[in-house]
Amino acid sequence: MKVTIDGQAIEVEPGTTILQAARMIGGEVVPPAMCYHSKLKGSGGKCRCCLVEVAKGSEADPRPMPKLMASCVTGCQDGMEINSKSSPRVQEARKSVTEFLLINHPLDCPVCDQAGECDLQNLSFEHGKSESRFIEEKRTFEPEDIGPNIQLHMNRCILCYRCVMVADQLTDNRVHGVMDRGDHSNISTCISKAIDNEFSGNMIDVCPVGALTDKTFRFKSRVWFNKPYDAHRDCPTCSGKTTVWMFGNEIQRVTGRKDEFHEVEEFICNGCRFDHKDVNDWVIEGPRAFEKDSVINQNNYVKKLETVVINTEETILLGREVDRKKISMAEIDYNEKIDGNPVNSTKNG
Amino acid sequence: MSQKILLDKVNIPGIKTYEVYRQNGGYASVEKALKTLTPDEVVEEVKTSGLRGRGGAGFPAGMKWSFIDKKSGKPRHLVCNADESEPGTFKDRYLMEYIPHLLIEGMITSSYALGANLSYIYIRGEYMWIYKILERAIAEAKAAGWLGKNILGSGYDLELYVQIGGGAYICGEETALIESLEGKRGNPRIKPPFPAVSGLWANPTVVNNVETIAAVPWIVNNSGADYAKIGVGRSTGTKLISASGHIKNPGVYEIEMGITVYEFMNSDEYLGGMSSDRPLKAFIPGGSSVPVLPAHLIYKTANGEDRLMTYESLSDGGFATGSMLGSGGFIVYDDTSCIVRNTWNFSRFYHHESCGQCSPCREGTGWMEKVLHRIENGHGREEDIDLLLSIQSKIEGNTICPLGDAAAWPVAAAIRHFREEFEYHIRFPEKIKNRDHFVAEPFESVKHLVSKLTV
Amino acid sequence: MERTHYKQEINITDSLMTRINELISHYPEGKQKSALLPVLHEVQDAHDNWLSFELMDKVAEILQIKPIEVYEVVSFYSMFNQRPIGKYMFEFCQTSPCCLNGVEDLMDYTCEKLGVKVGETTADGLFEVRGVECLGACGYAPMMQLGDSYKEHLTKEKVDQIIADCRDNKITLHDK
Repeated sequence: MKVTIDGQAIEVEPGTTILQAARMIGGEVVPPAMCYHSKLKGSGGKCRCCLVEVAKGSEADPRPMPKLMASCVTGCQDGMEINSKSSPRVQEARKSVTEFLLINHPLDCPVCDQAGECDLQNLSFEHGKSESRFIEEKRTFEPEDIGPNIQLHMNRCILCYRCVMVADQLTDNRVHGVMDRGDHSNISTCISKAIDNEFSGNMIDVCPVGALTDKTFRFKSRVWFNKPYDAHRDCPTCSGKTTVWMFGNEIQRVTGRKDEFHEVEEFICNGCRFDHKDVNDWVIEGPRAFEKDSVINQNNYVKKLETVVINTEETILLGREVDRKKISMAEIDYNEKIDGNPVNSTKNG
Repeated sequence: MSQKILLDKVNIPGIKTYEVYRQNGGYASVEKALKTLTPDEVVEEVKTSGLRGRGGAGFPAGMKWSFIDKKSGKPRHLVCNADESEPGTFKDRYLMEYIPHLLIEGMITSSYALGANLSYIYIRGEYMWIYKILERAIAEAKAAGWLGKNILGSGYDLELYVQIGGGAYICGEETALIESLEGKRGNPRIKPPFPAVSGLWANPTVVNNVETIAAVPWIVNNSGADYAKIGVGRSTGTKLISASGHIKNPGVYEIEMGITVYEFMNSDEYLGGMSSDRPLKAFIPGGSSVPVLPAHLIYKTANGEDRLMTYESLSDGGFATGSMLGSGGFIVYDDTSCIVRNTWNFSRFYHHESCGQCSPCREGTGWMEKVLHRIENGHGREEDIDLLLSIQSKIEGNTICPLGDAAAWPVAAAIRHFREEFEYHIRFPEKIKNRDHFVAEPFESVKHLVSKLTV
Repeated sequence: MERTHYKQEINITDSLMTRINELISHYPEGKQKSALLPVLHEVQDAHDNWLSFELMDKVAEILQIKPIEVYEVVSFYSMFNQRPIGKYMFEFCQTSPCCLNGVEDLMDYTCEKLGVKVGETTADGLFEVRGVECLGACGYAPMMQLGDSYKEHLTKEKVDQIIADCRDNKITLHDK
């Protein structure tokens, strides 16, 4: 099957979603996704960040789809033509969703452990505005303790349902879920039960925001001050393939290995995540690479560093020579032409 | 007197009971269908009738039936949507309470047409007493041999049960209803797959409104062609209208599609005009979700034609000057009512009823309610009106289910037709302190205050 | 969100269990979760109109589902109460068509008469006033739901009478 996204064509297997096709193409056509997670069955469709415009339904039925479609749950059809970033309607919708997700969000990035690897930060960076139109009081929730490993910050939650799916699909007894409804919906165990299943820590990795963070890493470091390494150990419960986050010789945090779409490659067990913080427990494979615009690269050394020379005196303080001449008007060339018109022509001004 | 096909027998004493219903020709459609028609022939009749879904969307019922997946060999289900909760709508309740066997009969005939052997009626939790009426009616029908194995010796089996909801407007959305029927939260599903392919327990399912199913017996007893003769154009048959607000005779009426709005509003057979001598200010023809119309667009369309009680005529002019027939929840406002307060009230409703699954609806409905609450309580800002328009446009079309649109449209329509009233609330907060501010001083008498000021 | 836990005496009688089993029989083998909503109604009606976590756990056990699945559902639907409530709960519909017919004044009147605010229970635990969204009685406004029935075309006099009837124990909340 052939689909075209923002003018770029690709061959895909039947059953591929638009989002998957876009990820195959890569780059700017990839819609943002906050709730979809390829390794969680039934995820997606909820956050509406990944809306795209289907300009041509298929070769057989070329009619455009009237509404924007959630690309993560819409299957490709042969001959389908999709507008993602290229469509102003799509851009507008993404801006709208970003605004909705942020109105009640506490915007507490400076004290949030997710900062630096937060999908909502990335989304607002791309589609957000610097000012809020929301002047009402923000919705807040009473805190709830869900055990020694995971910190729940309900005020930051965007209700992607991923953690509920992790509990459903990876563990045999889900003890937390989504309670209440509408904008009061919240993640809770209701009975303050510790979520202690041995795969429960994956809730942290799938959480796109700072609603579920690692209690053992709480306030220890900003993620970009850590050096992430791929590491593995012989684990009886899971694959043992992880990323360890180091500060000096100390492992401050262990997570699953996240790909460029921030999805873990393999889910890991709580043993690996919380109980093995000794460097000697791990075989370090090498530095973990992140996508190029990630702040985590701030402290990364995967790429070769090039020496940057800033000639302050010459280019900043003094300015370019040509400009200096013009500003002083001492040696102006009145016959210089811009776009075919003389500089001193009235057409310019 | 117009023709009645749903409520024609509703006044017969004892029609609630099986015996009386049967004596008056009840269950004839089941006999006719099971003995003389194939399921496909029943579907064909319903297609010919032009019957459209009466829950609000108006999708052709026969067409919906023909989509059901018969190839997979999975069990099929018919689910009746009796989760009536659209503000302004109370017609299904009337039908189920006073002539319950008509719905049961419709369910049997329709289930036969779809090849469904296990069907449900999903009724809203607050209608608890009707739930019990239906349970009794089903037991009577079963005792008389209309349900169970090998009905009338035809070889067709059907079990029918009532399921009670728990108080959630969203369960009127068909996939949320199915989730609820599976014992879950009423979160609408992502479509596709549509219920006709994967519905209740992933089986092919058709969900139809009470009134739609109740029309099927008449169509089978007479013919689809006869049904299509009633009404105008693509608005065939009769429609139940629930009327409320400032009118003389509120209640449920069965009308032939195509009578004029004027006749419906003013004739003694129907609403009998306004409840007092206060003038008509606005009306909503199809439940709270559809756009409100100001007085000058009620009886006549924008191009001067008579406004008729049909899907097409009520939506004539699009959203600029028209509205929608929706579920037939007819709400009438006189000049004592405040459009801002009413819009805030509806916004509160949608905020309360949003399931919270998708971001635009979860966050947007609450935001709109808060802004409208401020305006109504004298804390509005001039820019709030455009802010509301912007918020509603960001919800509309971007959500999983139609609740987002339903929350957005009333706000847009109120501002479109009554913008000056919003401005009045913002500029004269001291005048709107009491909730009945337009009773002593209707907007018409203070309108000049806003038209003079231009910002 | 931390939730307050209230104690409740649980009593699943034989007749209640019979009814629950009948409800479960309405669904195919293995689909007993579908009976959750009707079972919750029955159980709540038999337990002073509210559901404690212990009671919800009991329902989960009967239906062989996880307790969290019951909590999720109970908290979603507005008809299930998660705290002890007044015996006679006056649920006034406060959506637009009812407001056009004066329900707001009537609620004020009722609250004043009972000495409570909306959402509060009277000191004797007998009454509670709530404002709820559309109950589908727009043509018969103003109205309220009391137990399994609707009280429609309300006036102040009718409200007085209902309050008196409640005090005299003349009101049946759930018709079993």
